[in-house]
Order: sequence, then C-alpha cells, then structure tokens
Amino acid sequence: MNGVHDMGGMQDMGPVEEEKNEPVFHHAWEGRVFAITRSMSAWRKWNLDALRHERELIPPAEYLSMSYYEIWLTGLLELSVKTGLVTRAEIESGKPTSGSPKRSPALTADKVLPLVAHGTPASRDVPVAPRFQAGQRVRARNINPVGHTRLPRYARGKLGTIERDHGVFVFPDTDAHFLGEKPQHVYSVRFLARELWGERAKPRDTVYIAMWDDYLESA
Amino acid sequence: MRSSRRDFLTTAATAAGAAAAGELAAHAQDLEHSHDHVHQAVPSDLALRVKSLESLLVEKGLVDRAALDALIDTYEHKVGPRNGAQVVARAWIDPAYKHRLLTDSDKAIAELGFGGQQGEHMVVVENTPAVHNMVVCTLCSCYPWPVLGLPPVWYKSAPYRSRSVIDPRGVLREFGLELPDEVDVRVWDSTAELRYLVLPERPAGTEGLTEDALAALVTRDSMVGVAKVLPPRKGGGA
Repeated sequence: MNGVHDMGGMQDMGPVEEEKNEPVFHHAWEGRVFAITRSMSAWRKWNLDALRHERELIPPAEYLSMSYYEIWLTGLLELSVKTGLVTRAEIESGKPTSGSPKRSPALTADKVLPLVAHGTPASRDVPVAPRFQAGQRVRARNINPVGHTRLPRYARGKLGTIERDHGVFVFPDTDAHFLGEKPQHVYSVRFLARELWGERAKPRDTVYIAMWDDYLESA
Repeated sequence: MRSSRRDFLTTAATAAGAAAAGELAAHAQDLEHSHDHVHQAVPSDLALRVKSLESLLVEKGLVDRAALDALIDTYEHKVGPRNGAQVVARAWIDPAYKHRLLTDSDKAIAELGFGGQQGEHMVVVENTPAVHNMVVCTLCSCYPWPVLGLPPVWYKSAPYRSRSVIDPRGVLREFGLELPDEVDVRVWDSTAELRYLVLPERPAGTEGLTEDALAALVTRDSMVGVAKVLPPRKGGGA
C-alpha cells in the first residue's frame, strides 16, 4: 500500500532530534503497550506482517500525528477486535461481556525469557530454489499493491545488483493477509544512490535493500 | 462525518477510563445513545486508556500481568546497547572472532550470549576508513533488539526514516558527523527480517585498553552508524 508509512525519500519532515539520556519508555503506559502487544501476539491470531499492516492502515494524517506507542496501541486494538479476542463493546466499557469465557494467558511470565531468547524466526527450512545469484543485475518490480508490501516506493523500477542471498523467508505480502507464507529467497540488493536519486547523489554512495524474489526481475 | 480510528480509540478508551473511575453504568448508557458526545465529556488520557485495556485483558485471561512486568523489565534493564558494545569490543581484539562476526553473524553474537527476538537474522557491516555504513528502517522501526535494545525515538521518527536514504550525509551532519567525499556511504534499509549492526572503527590510541575498557567506549549511535567511536578522553576516566 502506498501509505505514509513508506517514508523513504520524503523531504521536509524536519531535523533529526536526538534526546540525551533517553529512557527506554517515556511513560509507564508505553511499556505496558509494548508488553501487552507482545503478550497478545502470543495467541498467534496474527503474525508480525499482519501487525505491521494494521499500523499502516491508520489514516495518514493520524499516523503522522500519533506517537510511536499510540500507533502500536491502535494496531493492537484493531487486530484484537478483528480476530475476536475482544469486542469493541468490551474495549468501550473496560469490562468483559458477561458470560464470555475466561482464558488462560498464552504468554505467562515463565515463557518470557525463552521468547526473548529464541525469538520468532522468519526463515524457513524448505527447499526453494533462488531465482537470482550474487552479482546478478536485477530490477525492482514496479508494483503498487493495495495490501501490505515491504518493497519501498523509492526502489520500484530501479536497477540494482544482488549482493548476497540470505536464504528462504516468509513473504510478507501474502503473510500479512493470512494468504500463506509463500517462502522465498531474500537478498541484499545494492542500489547506487544515483540510480535512486539522480545526479545530486555522490557517485559511489549506495543503498542496500533486502528484497524477496517476488520483488525482482532480471535486468 | 467519517469516524476515524482515533475517534474510536478516544471514545472507547475515555469511556473505559470513566468506567475505571466508577462511572461505568452511566457511560455505558451514554455510549449506546450518543457515541459522539462521550469523548467530550470525559478526559482523554492515554495512561488511563491503557490501564483500562490492561485490566480488561487480565480479567479475560488474555494477558498475564507478571508476563507484562517481565517483558518491561527485560527491555528496560537487561537488553540494551551494552550487549552490542561487548560484541564490538570482542571483534576489535580478536581477529578470528571478527571474521566469524562478519560472515556468520548470528552464531558469533550467540557466542557472547545474545540473540533472539528481533535479532534472529543478524547482518554485521564493517566501517573502515573508506566505507561508512548506517542503518535505517524506512517502512517502520526495525532494529536489532538483542544487541541494541529498543530503538530510540529519533530512529523511529519521520525525519530519520525519510531522509536517511536520500540524504544520508545531511542526516549524519545533524549528528555531528561530517564525512569526506572520498568515504563511501552505504545505507542499509531494514525492509526484511534481517537486522543490521554496524561494526564501527576502533579509534586510535586504544591499543593498550582491555576488552571491557574498549566496550565502554562504544556508543549505541556508533552501532547504528550515525556516529564514530571516539578515543578515550585524555585524563578522563574513559
């Protein structure tokens, strides 16, 4: 989706402002939103790609005006309702609907450290042939899907070179919509800054973008 | 008028906040009859909204409060850029480790006990006198949690996400780093599940330092690639 989240190459967003001695969370509620999101994801009603897409669906003006964890909260609430873990009425009232079942949490305290330590790998050990080899010239496809994609706009249609094959990974464009993992190779693709941005860029500067097979065609 | 998501959240959560304040019955009726007015009548406060949500989810058995506390404690106190600094310092003093780090990053990082969530597939890129690497996620906020912790606000901000790819040298200048034209800039956009760690250059004048003393010099920003590691200050307690 050509949303405002796809920010690469936009201008006039202002200077980058670094905060000295920045805390991990600026308010207690931010930590709670972070932790609640991780805990709710443990129900496996959605995947990381779906969660990212839900945040991208926030209308542009709202997305830009929200703080980071407000975006997280919004995505979490929308997905929790869509997948039936809670109802809008429950969120509105702050109370469970009477008669609704009481569950046992999917993520308990004893499972936190193993989750943090092992993570949730997106690689898949399945035999899928790579379509490209290191050193090969490729063109990022000019696609504009209305759903989720991790192919940034600024790279579409541009020529690059396969730098390295990282192996087989879940494909976000289908995974985000619960249409299957469609595992395929992911490559580091090297683009000259001049190919992306024109003559003002330094001739030897480059941008490396991780790309799935389905984002690429031979050039 | 289109009801926005934010309105939904505000309405929902402010109502929930009121509920938490013991006004549940009255506002539940209000909600049924005049959705639009409720959020005007009660204070909108994110802390209250989240508190109410947490209570609801705990009551439904969807989340475990002790798990929430453990997650927050982990990322506030246990996982952070000191982990990455240890990796960098080890690479500086041990060429064989550095080679493993650059070629099989996950395993090399795991040797020091780090890895896992949002660092399952690590790529380490080396800064040299001729090449400067920097890392961004233009699409969201991807960042190597096990070695750097959760990302700072600037990394997640629109200015950094938008300009790092089109004007990396300008962004670096805002961090106080002016790179000569002869140095090639490589920007790594974290579009997939690969997570990048920059191995910064070891500063001059650190030949006699221990691994721990070296690690103490390594900053988070140098491992994102928006700064260099500075030599120890003369007379200071580097």
